[in-house]
Amino acid sequence: MSEQQPPGPGVVYTETTIYAAPETFLQDAPYQIAIVELDAGGRTTVRILPAKEGGAAVRIGDRVEFACFRGDIHFYRKSS
Amino acid sequence: MRQVAVVGIGKTPFGAFPDRDLRGLAAESARKCLADANVQPSAVQAFYLGNFAGPSFIGQSHLAPYVAASIGVTGIPCTRFEAACASSGAAFFHAWSAVAAGAYDVVLVTGVEKMTSQPSPRVTEILASAGDLGGEIRAGATFPALFAMIARRHMFEFGTTREQLAAVAVKNHANGARNPDAHLRKPITLEQALAGRPVADPLTLFDCSLVSDGAASVLLAPLERASEFASKPAVIRGVAQTSDLLALDSKRSITSFAAVRAAGEKAYRMAGVSPAEIEFAEVHDCFTIAEIVAIEDLGFVRKGEGGPYSAAGCTALDGEKPVNSSGGLKSKGHPVGATGAAQICDVVLQLRGEAGERQLQRHSLGLAQNLGGSGASCVVTILGAP
Repeated sequence: MSEQQPPGPGVVYTETTIYAAPETFLQDAPYQIAIVELDAGGRTTVRILPAKEGGAAVRIGDRVEFACFRGDIHFYRKSS
Repeated sequence: MRQVAVVGIGKTPFGAFPDRDLRGLAAESARKCLADANVQPSAVQAFYLGNFAGPSFIGQSHLAPYVAASIGVTGIPCTRFEAACASSGAAFFHAWSAVAAGAYDVVLVTGVEKMTSQPSPRVTEILASAGDLGGEIRAGATFPALFAMIARRHMFEFGTTREQLAAVAVKNHANGARNPDAHLRKPITLEQALAGRPVADPLTLFDCSLVSDGAASVLLAPLERASEFASKPAVIRGVAQTSDLLALDSKRSITSFAAVRAAGEKAYRMAGVSPAEIEFAEVHDCFTIAEIVAIEDLGFVRKGEGGPYSAAGCTALDGEKPVNSSGGLKSKGHPVGATGAAQICDVVLQLRGEAGERQLQRHSLGLAQNLGGSGASCVVTILGAP
């Protein structure tokens, strides 16, 4: 059981797909991150679940929701 | 407060120099600076070093006395300033404060970074440490990614285009080709800029500044003593350092930097000039979008008009408001800790009329804007001919 509370849904405020990754995430590249404007208020920076794992790329204005924690990274996915 | 002048400047070329170390680069720029002013190292009363990540890049800490000894300066206060990409801007600001307040008469500011000894993914990681490690960096953001997200939002809010971003790169490469000290002296076409390898969408390699080695130094003294030095003095008419929240997702707006607007307003007020009166500027184009946001935040154009203004050629050498006549961080190079001091050197060269092939016609009032991280630190300086 994770002790972390799953964060709430929101809207993509901005996003980018990273091709030149830092040392720690070299094996993940390319990957997409986004700043999400949370319905509950405030913004947070998250990773977007990739297509190969059942996710999809997102754009500004898309509704997104929490998908999973991986380590301490928050993954979000496009809301259906 | 006393009026303060820049009475000496000195720079190394910027580039990838596998055979040169941090200390040697810093010492070369400082020696050139002292020679420019025609003073001995013994005249220096305090030494302020701007350096972002020497401990990470080369493993050496306690850098200020380490560097100072190689310049021949010992015994005096030697202090390192770190404010990410605004490190030597911050060192310059505090040197100005000390001289203006009367604490010292002669202060040497040196900015230096030795970056190219590390492989790219490691450099990316070290640069990212200027962001918020607990939030955006944990999610996998890189520095290009933070500015890519700014670019995306700027495009969304104002209709800024890829072509307008690329126009900034083309212009800065054209300017850098005229600068003998620039890292990349290579003009590029709009087509090349648009077809660059993707780094973080929508930014390509051509939207990103360079990873460089280099150093720059500036000597400050009270204006009333400026005639004792050999060089033509430049008067610091306005200068301000400001700060803001570190993380991009904590800022209210990301298409405008509150710290830049505040620093600009303070510096303009101190100098008693308006943005329209500034004849030329060196702004912090760590990425092409950063130059567009900077000219908006500094009031050269209205919000959202930076893209069209740049694409129309208004910021070119022969434009109405030349920006980054040195080639900017994009082409001159961006040894992070050296950049703020190098911008001051480039503004002073223009004021003196010593900028060679890139000399501007109107050159009596210039501005330098040095940005730290994704806008958490900013230093704006307005310099004029005496």
